[in-house]
Amino acid sequence: MFAYIVRRVAYALPILIGVNLLTFYLFFVVNSPDDMARLHLGVKRVTPEAIDKWKAERGYDKPLVFNATETGIGRISETIFFEKSLKLFAFNFGHSDDGRDISHDIAQRMVPSLAIAIPSLVVGLLINITFAMLLAFFRGTYVDISGVILCVVLMSISAMFYIIGGQFLLGKLLRLMPISGYDIGLDAIKFLVLPVIIGVVSGIGSSSRLYRSFFLEEAGKDFIRTARAKGLKESRVLFRHLLSNAMIPIVTGVVVVLPLLFMGSLLLESFFAIPGLGSYTIDAINRQDFAIVRAMVFLGSVLYIVGLILVDITYTIVDPRVRLS
Amino acid sequence: MKQPLLKLDKLSVRIGTGPRAIRPVDDVSFTINKGETYALLGESGCGKSMTALSIMRLLPQPHGQISAGQISLEGTDLTALPEVEMRQVRGRRIAMIFQEPMTSLNPVLTIGNQIGEMLRQHQQVKGSQARNRVLELLDAVGIPDVRRRYSEYPHQLSGGMKQRVMIAIALAGEPDLLIADEPTTALDVTIQAQVLDLLRQLQRDTHMAILLITHDLGIVAGMADHVAVMYAGQLVEEASRDRFFADARHPYSQRLFESLPNIGKRDHALKTIPGFVPVLDRDFTGCHFAERCDQAWDYCRTQAPAWDITTDHHHVRCHLEDRNINPPARTVKEEAATPHAAVASETGTSLLSVRDLKVHFPIQKGVFKRTVGQVYAVDGVSLDIPAGHTQALVGESGCGKTTVGKGILQLIRPTAGSVQFDNSELTRLSGKRLRRRRTDFQFIFQDPYSSMNPRMRVGDIVEEGMIAQVIGNNRQERRARVNELFAQVGLSTEHASRYPHEFSGGQRQRICIARALAVNPRLIICDEPTSALDISVQAQILNLLKQLQNELGLSYLFITHNLSVVSYLADRVAVMYLGRIVEEGPVASVLENPLHPYTRALLSAVPQIEPDTQREIIRLEGDIPSPANPPGGCHFHPRCPSAMPGCRESYPAESGDAGHRVRCFLYN
Amino acid sequence: MILPVILWTDALIFLLVAIVTVFALYARGKPHLRAPWRHVMCSRLGSPALVVLSAYVFIGLLDSLHYRPALENSDDSAQTHYAVEVLSVLDTLVGPLRTQTEKTYSAPFATHLYSRETVRHPDGSQTREYPRLEYGGRHLENPAADARADILQRSSVALMQALVASLAVLLLITLWQARRRRQVFTSTLQDILALRTTVPWLIFWITLSVLLLLTFLAINLSTVYHVFGTDKVGQDVFYQTLKSIRTGLIIGTLTTLVMLPFAIFLGILAGYARGWIDDVIQYIYTTLNSIPGVLLIAAAILMLQVYMANHPELFETTLERADIRLLFLCIILGITSWTGLCRLLRGEALKLREAEYIQAATAFGVRHSKIISRHILPNVMHIVLITVVLDFSGLVLAEAVLSYVGVGVDPTTNSWGNMINSARLEMAREPVVWWSLLSAFLFMFTLVLAANLFSDAVRDAFDPRLRQR
Repeated sequence: MFAYIVRRVAYALPILIGVNLLTFYLFFVVNSPDDMARLHLGVKRVTPEAIDKWKAERGYDKPLVFNATETGIGRISETIFFEKSLKLFAFNFGHSDDGRDISHDIAQRMVPSLAIAIPSLVVGLLINITFAMLLAFFRGTYVDISGVILCVVLMSISAMFYIIGGQFLLGKLLRLMPISGYDIGLDAIKFLVLPVIIGVVSGIGSSSRLYRSFFLEEAGKDFIRTARAKGLKESRVLFRHLLSNAMIPIVTGVVVVLPLLFMGSLLLESFFAIPGLGSYTIDAINRQDFAIVRAMVFLGSVLYIVGLILVDITYTIVDPRVRLS
Repeated sequence: MKQPLLKLDKLSVRIGTGPRAIRPVDDVSFTINKGETYALLGESGCGKSMTALSIMRLLPQPHGQISAGQISLEGTDLTALPEVEMRQVRGRRIAMIFQEPMTSLNPVLTIGNQIGEMLRQHQQVKGSQARNRVLELLDAVGIPDVRRRYSEYPHQLSGGMKQRVMIAIALAGEPDLLIADEPTTALDVTIQAQVLDLLRQLQRDTHMAILLITHDLGIVAGMADHVAVMYAGQLVEEASRDRFFADARHPYSQRLFESLPNIGKRDHALKTIPGFVPVLDRDFTGCHFAERCDQAWDYCRTQAPAWDITTDHHHVRCHLEDRNINPPARTVKEEAATPHAAVASETGTSLLSVRDLKVHFPIQKGVFKRTVGQVYAVDGVSLDIPAGHTQALVGESGCGKTTVGKGILQLIRPTAGSVQFDNSELTRLSGKRLRRRRTDFQFIFQDPYSSMNPRMRVGDIVEEGMIAQVIGNNRQERRARVNELFAQVGLSTEHASRYPHEFSGGQRQRICIARALAVNPRLIICDEPTSALDISVQAQILNLLKQLQNELGLSYLFITHNLSVVSYLADRVAVMYLGRIVEEGPVASVLENPLHPYTRALLSAVPQIEPDTQREIIRLEGDIPSPANPPGGCHFHPRCPSAMPGCRESYPAESGDAGHRVRCFLYN
Repeated sequence: MILPVILWTDALIFLLVAIVTVFALYARGKPHLRAPWRHVMCSRLGSPALVVLSAYVFIGLLDSLHYRPALENSDDSAQTHYAVEVLSVLDTLVGPLRTQTEKTYSAPFATHLYSRETVRHPDGSQTREYPRLEYGGRHLENPAADARADILQRSSVALMQALVASLAVLLLITLWQARRRRQVFTSTLQDILALRTTVPWLIFWITLSVLLLLTFLAINLSTVYHVFGTDKVGQDVFYQTLKSIRTGLIIGTLTTLVMLPFAIFLGILAGYARGWIDDVIQYIYTTLNSIPGVLLIAAAILMLQVYMANHPELFETTLERADIRLLFLCIILGITSWTGLCRLLRGEALKLREAEYIQAATAFGVRHSKIISRHILPNVMHIVLITVVLDFSGLVLAEAVLSYVGVGVDPTTNSWGNMINSARLEMAREPVVWWSLLSAFLFMFTLVLAANLFSDAVRDAFDPRLRQR
């Protein structure tokens, strides 16, 4: 098992290198640091001196990949590529363009992100699986058909309308909970209820429909017929035989996104002014802070790959047919 | 003395609603007595499985329903039972095993669990008591090493073992009736013999009745007390086994017997039933079989024959049996059977010569795809096929016979060895030169459904090879040739503009044959061309193949597991076991005087319709080992009844005279 | 008199239309291509969705015919001068909607502004009051008393018109069907009304009638009222949301058009060739896939902004600039979304490669290129089609989110995302300015719902596994 994980991680390395090179190319080759400086300084204040100063403050004044003025290892290390890209592999994210320590920010903002993401995921899973099983149980009847149409309607509504609608209805009209904001400690709960509700509701449509298709896929299989031929109760057929098989795609589908929960939800966090990683990312994009965007791209890729590895491991646990070599 | 257990009375089933609803079961009545084996015989699509599922009330939902009739189990009408009570019948009174053991077990639950579930449900046995009972049951169905198997998952078992587990599940409820729906169709011949043996033995011990659903007359002959023949949703004949095999009365039953190939019919064309089983989405006005019956007259097409015409407990649904009806005098058409030309002379020059052919597949593991082993799919096969001859290659699944065919045609590149075709070495050809050469040898696949592109018209499919091989100068010429080919294989030329899904299995196989013929090949490799087809259609295809050989002087390499087809069609036969040929020789010699113990076992395992009590039956133990890890020495020695110490040491060399070769230490 | 302007996205849209037309003509002669489409037409949810989608596409196409109108010639010189402003056929058709702008917010059907202004009266006194709108309800003498009656009257006129038109449509459908089925008119009509036809003409007709009613309502009312109100700078919201249709459609379709060649070529190549080619292609898509989509888009759009800021000379008009940004957004969205289809196609090609009919073709000596084009490609097209249709609604929804994040279409482009983005800031106002949100919601929801229902019908019709059930 351990050797297997080591091998999978080793295999992930080329992908991270690819991501790293791609972001480096996008941020430093397609556009020079001079371009970024000009954009940041605005048209009025652009003077060669201002640009040089801006670059020097942020360490963008070095050569891209090879520093001829240095000697020894410095030829490589005293470059933008080494400082800004390679160091990401050590999770050294450096400083944002306005001088904040990105690693520190990330560590701090992870908690609120998870505080929304985890309850949404758990509650959502419970509701979606229940709903999907209900539809699968009533397959082919009007309950099923209207349930599926409801799902399609729910998934046709943009997430933004769920948020705006929820804020308006529950926050503004009924005044059940604060519209937005965040607090530390347990006080945060009252701020989290609304985003979690909205997070769950906005996902019901697509997830329930997907899970229903998993259930129906398994319901058509021969072993379900065997289970019925045994004279088992319908509930036992459903829970023991159907659910145990349909859970495999559901669980692996959840596991793959687990690591990405750290990244937070862009929309929810920014609408509800929750200081998580999602709103951090959006702020960075709006402020055009390239250092943070770079860091988040790298972090996102790492988490995605961790998710892929976790899925492979999960398969070996939940599906007896998949054995580790 | 004979107590009736299950009685079906005028049972009809509908799937779907409206005028196009399928009527898979139409007015079926029969009675199964306690402790007897009742066989339901018929081709695919005749409604056998639907009859079984309706007894269990497990028809496909929500569209399937019992539209008329009664099913009474010792007086209780099952069709009227509420679902809760029906659950007490399923598993407890009537158990069922299915055709596909591979998919019929839940992949994520352990074997022990799936059997134990039955005990909990029906016997109220729990805990260690249940565990012991499960182990007992596993032992009873002949599974070795029961304690390990108890906690294993279905995928860790072979097909035969899975079917044994299915039987154990059925036994756990101690049912009065076991419905076995084609229980051995997905299994190899030697494994089939094991499973059938097991069923017989269990029936002796438990006195349960068995409803055996099958398409194989041989299995019926070996297993059944009573036989019912089903055709197009109806029973057409029912009798005791002995009576049925001695004197089958219905024209359909008679034709079924006649269309079975065997060595005695070699010099004639097989009798066939024209056409194919009709789709059951309409009401029939007359006899369901009238369209295909050579004795039918107008009356048959307008008046449906009744079922209750009986003579001495022998039911037949045919007007010919009704003494009140006088059939018109038959102008007996003498079978225009073109007697097949005598087998081509034995000393033909070799068209295809295969020497020491090896096809190994590397087993790759891990993300870096290290090669950790080899599957020795084909491991040193030598064959010679003279022009105009038919060489058969027989063996069970996984023995590498299909890989031999594909290796010869260079569809899979051989690992080693030589393939000489007409004195050119195929293994060294590649690219354009190989493509040009492909006009000489062709392949016919097992499954006529998947061997044609569903999105092309069949005319274009046949034409494709001609375009690739530059046969015919323009479209008109090629089209003319396509029409000619269609006529040659017995299809009408207007079929050319249709799509594959519009044809029946037999018609599709004809198209595949036309496609192969289109490039004027000299050798055709037929990979189980009839195993996906029903018996009556199989005979049509075998006739066609034989006739084409006579007309065109083709050579065939005929890959099959069906020994009766071999005996009818082939000149020579090679028997394969785990990648190697263990015995090879003229058909008559090999089949009548088999030398290798494996060949003998294989031959004895084939269910026979002749009640031949003298037949010595050799039962092979265990499963076929994996070709990735063949046993040392002679590959067959772990299963061989006559294995000697030397067999473990080395693989036997070839012995015997040139006509009949064998690789076994018994003859060294 | 006019100077046609072909924007990049226009050109691609018409290329897409041409492709679809050519395919439709080709498919006419092939029953296996026609049959699933018939199945879609016969679906009771798919057919009304198709009608609604067609209406959207129609508006989108009208809005894609761009031109610059000629200016009034003051001198007699032979040279005609053209306006700098680029208009579309839709702009001309809706005429007043575009030009009748108010000062600032006004509610739907309002006759007065939404905010008080200090009005200086002739007598020198000043009062704070809600001033009359310049255009909305201008024809009314006494808006407070007459507006309701006027709206009602205009609506009933629209209702009558719609009724006449819809009956005419029913007549045409029945006549056509009666001719095709060689039946009498009355029995055909009965069949249609009782839903006994294979194609559910009744549902078609009802959907069409609803659309007709809405159209006539819009024609009758929007010329004299702002039916969805006006926004901060007084622009008609109904006009904005109509213009947003094109943006939504372009994002939904062009993105797919951009990604298809990559996905199909690389996916089939990987599955068919296997070996190192497969490894390389898998590596490329795993890498691209591992970057969170929004961030990759954000990074790319930021880079584009930097580039545009530094090269202002490349773009003649703001419309061209916005158009390039829209196209770029489609491309970058395409790059992030081709991987899913590519993986599907790779898997399918791997499976098909072992199919017996492919082996048969190999046994005939058919070349690889021909095997791919004649055997593999036609047998994976249903996957491509299903993915394309399924992706459409997701892309339309994504546009709104991206615009909110600030990396969507250009702020000057009309889009639902931009509408929501600017309107949500007004949610805090008392009383709330809700109409921009409502109209964006209604139009977007209808499009996405129709697309989802349509894609369901398409999947049911084309997926061989679903058809067997």
